[in-house]
Formats: sequence, structure tokens, C-alpha cells
Amino acid sequence: MAGLRTLAAAALLSLLAAASAAKAQTPLTENIQIGLSTDNVSITAGFSGADLTIFGSLENADPLVARQGRYDVIVVLEGPARPVVVRRKDRVLGVWVNLESETFENVPVSYSVATTRPLQDVTDPNSYKQLSLGASNLYLQPADAEDSPATIEEFTAALRERKAATGLYSENVGGVQFLSQNLFRATVRLAPNVPVGTHKARAFLFKSGLFIKESSAQLEIRKSGFEQSIFRVAHDYSFLYGVFAVSLAMLTGWLGRLVFRKD
Amino acid sequence: MGIYLPIAEISVNVFVLLAMGAAVGFLSGMFGVGGGFLITPLLIFYNIPPAIAVATGANQVIASSFSGALSHMKRGTLDFKLGGVLLAGGIVGSTGGIYVFAFLRRLGQLDLFISLLYVVLLGTVGGLMLVESINALRVTRSGAAPVLKKSGQHNWIHRLPLKMRFRASKLFVSVIPVLGLGAAIGFLSSIMGVGGGFIMVPALIYLLKVPTNVVIGTSLFQIIFTSAYTTLVHATTNQTVDVMLAFLLMAGGVAGAQYGAKAGQRLRGEQLRALLALLVLAVAIRLAIDLFVTPPNLYSLSGVGLS
Repeated sequence: MAGLRTLAAAALLSLLAAASAAKAQTPLTENIQIGLSTDNVSITAGFSGADLTIFGSLENADPLVARQGRYDVIVVLEGPARPVVVRRKDRVLGVWVNLESETFENVPVSYSVATTRPLQDVTDPNSYKQLSLGASNLYLQPADAEDSPATIEEFTAALRERKAATGLYSENVGGVQFLSQNLFRATVRLAPNVPVGTHKARAFLFKSGLFIKESSAQLEIRKSGFEQSIFRVAHDYSFLYGVFAVSLAMLTGWLGRLVFRKD
Repeated sequence: MGIYLPIAEISVNVFVLLAMGAAVGFLSGMFGVGGGFLITPLLIFYNIPPAIAVATGANQVIASSFSGALSHMKRGTLDFKLGGVLLAGGIVGSTGGIYVFAFLRRLGQLDLFISLLYVVLLGTVGGLMLVESINALRVTRSGAAPVLKKSGQHNWIHRLPLKMRFRASKLFVSVIPVLGLGAAIGFLSSIMGVGGGFIMVPALIYLLKVPTNVVIGTSLFQIIFTSAYTTLVHATTNQTVDVMLAFLLMAGGVAGAQYGAKAGQRLRGEQLRALLALLVLAVAIRLAIDLFVTPPNLYSLSGVGLS
């Protein structure tokens, strides 16, 4: 049972001391840091989703601003990007058929967001668009830019909706909590069908609604153990794998007859 | 108990799959069909991607047909020569089917095509068999002696050239329809993930006039090889065979098949055919409903070049 896997990150406490010393002189711009205690997560046979905890810290945080709760942090865990085809079914002679389709380049397979407050309270929609931040603001590039904007918009919305419905695009409001003035903890959802590959964790710092700084870290998600071996063999030695599948079937058929024979 | 399927990339319940395999295995043993036409739709209903359901279905069919063919070999109700000729056609048809499969997958029409093929074929075969077996049942009930099929009866098929003698089946028939039938079954095997028994059995009985007792064993024999070939080609070209999924289905399937074969011996031929016809029709109707009912999601996502 993989269960809930908690990844603790180094808290970078030593930096806090440096920050308070520097504050006495000129007010430095705030900085944000996140860290992962491990750079890879393995999915085993029983994986049914998990919460990933990312720790991070603010540097040069203004105590006054922090006390008033005007610092906001948004943490994103973004899966590897792949091209995706979105298809729409329409009725043809009463039968539902895939008719129209739109291909998008570089769509993150998964996209989990954790925030201190609801997204609309952190900053304005324009900033999100500029940062391409949040599942609904994420820029999705159509492969064929000559399609009508209305069509592109329709399929983009459908793509986001399907991703959200399968749990691959998720939002965890309140998933980022400040543990102290400088230290925060973010909890992002890993869906049961989380894709393997290199995921990117990014943290965005906002102060009174203004974007200040971004920090990122990488995380490798991979299948472990027996399943991973099967997957690798199926792709790398596909012919041998096929022979194995056929032999296994024949062996099972023969053994089944020996064990359960009724004649 | 959940288990993660390495190729389908989803978590499923082990017991659901074992039960699914056992139920289908029972029916396949009873009727002498591989059970692929039931397994593949069931897997699709269980959210396994259709491309993987088809390839894995073909893999599962090998186990149940192998197990069944062994029983028939022991009873001597297997015509190796007829099976061999059917198989030669099957390999050709299966190869063609794999290409069509990959092409439809790129177009995004694979799922629709699979469903349509299922509805049309199962509907036709099921309907014809039902009518025939009900007539046969009525004749038996009215007291008249059942009309025995005379091997001397001829239709247009028997006028074709290149005749060959099949001793075990008491047949002297042209190889053209046999090869053609094999090819058609091979094509369906690779596109639908079925062994093709549900078409093979009635075709051998009604078109080629093979004696019913030889039909099932011979059909199973041919299906082993066609589906083995299909599995191999799907594994190498599409990487869509999930051995873990196949193994769970097989394990349930082979157990069920032996009990089913026993149960089948207690039923009379026309009763067996009527039941099989009802089953085939039920699957066809279920799939047809899905084609016409407004789907919960009009939009679907797929990777480029993947289903």
C-alpha cells in the first residue's frame, strides 16, 4: 500500500537568521525557496493517489506584511507536457461519432495547484494570464492556429474540463499554510493516474496581490517494482513480450485443464 | 483488492477481473466459443481503454481456447486438417486487420468502429441463430424426428473448384470458402479482440455443413493460433497487450471453461444454440444502446497517435 506519501523538504532554517540580520539595513526584496527531500517518487502496484507535501520558506519577509497575511503563495506541480487531441462527438444518423478535433501542443499531463487563498483573492486575472498560472489560465497552444478562435476556445475549455474530471488538474485552496512567518507547507494532490516522468514543482510568491518571485524544483515520478519491469519489457522487447504473453496463456490453459478438468 | 495494470496504467479490482474471467470462461466452455466477444466489451465497460481491451482480449482467448481444444482433442472431435486450412487464411486476415486497426486509431474512429462491428456482427449472427434454433426446437417439440443434416446436401459453395477432402469432418469441399472464412475471422480477431468462434461455429455448421460435434473443437483449434498471432502483432506494433490483465482473466477463465464444458454436455444442440444466440443478441443490444444514447461526455482526450 503506497498510501499517503509525505515528502518533507529541508526547511532552510539557517537562512532565516541571515534574513533578520539583513533587514536592519536596507529592505531587501523577498525571495521564495522550496525544497524536496527526495527527487523521485515511485508508484507501486497499489497506488491510489497521494498527497505530496512540499516545504518552503520566504526570505527577507517583512514581518508587518506577514502578520497582516498579505503574503500569498501558490504552489504548482506540473506533469510532463505532451501533445493532446481533443475530439468532439456529434450525432450522425443518430449515432454519436467523433467528428471535430483540435490538437494542442505541450499540454501538461497533470497540473495540481495549492494556494493560500482562493485564486481570485490572490491577484487579478491578468496577472494569472501573464504567468500562465492556474489550470484555467494555463496557456494551451493549438497545433493549428488558423482555426477559428471560438473553436479553439471551445476545445480548450473542454480539455480543461476533462482534465479536471479525471483528477489530473486539481486545485487545493488552503493547501498552502504558513507554519511561521517565513516557513510554509504546501500539499498538492497526486491523482491515482498521475503520469510518470519529470514533474516540475513551482512556487509563486505574491505580496498584496503583486507577483514577486518564483522558485522551482524537479521531481521524478516513476513506476517501481514488478509493474515497471513489465512496462519496460513491453516497450523495449515487444516481440519477446508478445511471445511471453502467448506462452503464458497456453500454460495457463493447460494448467487450468489439469487442475479443474471435469471429464 | 486493487492491482495496478502496467500497460493499461490504471488500478482495478482483482476479484472483479477474476469473476469476469470465470463467468466468461464458463460460457465459452459451454458454447465452444473463445469468449472474446464477451471479454472485450466487458473490459471496455470496466473503463479499460478499447485498444488495450482488444489486444488483451485476444491474449486471454488463447488460454480458454487452448484449454477447450485439449478436451476436444482427447474426445477426437477436432479436425486438424480443416483447422490448418482455416488458419492459413486466418494469418492473412489478421495481418490486414492490424493495419486497419492502427489506421483507425490514428483517425480517432477506432472505438466507434469496434462498437459498430460488434453490433452488426453480433446482431446478425445472434438473430440468425435464434431463428434457426427456435425452428429446430419447435420441430422437436411437435414430435417429428429432427431433420438430420445430410453431408450430401449441396449449395453453391460446394460447386467451387479446388476441392479438398477433410476426413474427420466427412467433408469434400473447395478450399476457397475455407480460406476465406479463415481470413475473415483473422481480420475480426485483430480488430475486435475476439477469437471469432461466434461466427466460425455457425459458418462451419450452416455454410460448410461440418458436423456439429467436430465444429467446436476445430473452431477452438484455429482460434488458438489466430489469436496467438494477433496477440504477437499487437504486442509488437501497438504495445497494447497487458499480461497482468490477461493473466487475471485467464486464471478465472480456464477454471470456468472446464465447468462450462461439462454443463454444455447436458444440453441438446438446439437448446445450446438458442442460449448462445440470446447471449450474443444481449451483448449486441447493450452496445447498440451506447451508440445512440447521448454520451455523458461529448469531448474526449487522447494522446497524438494513441487511443
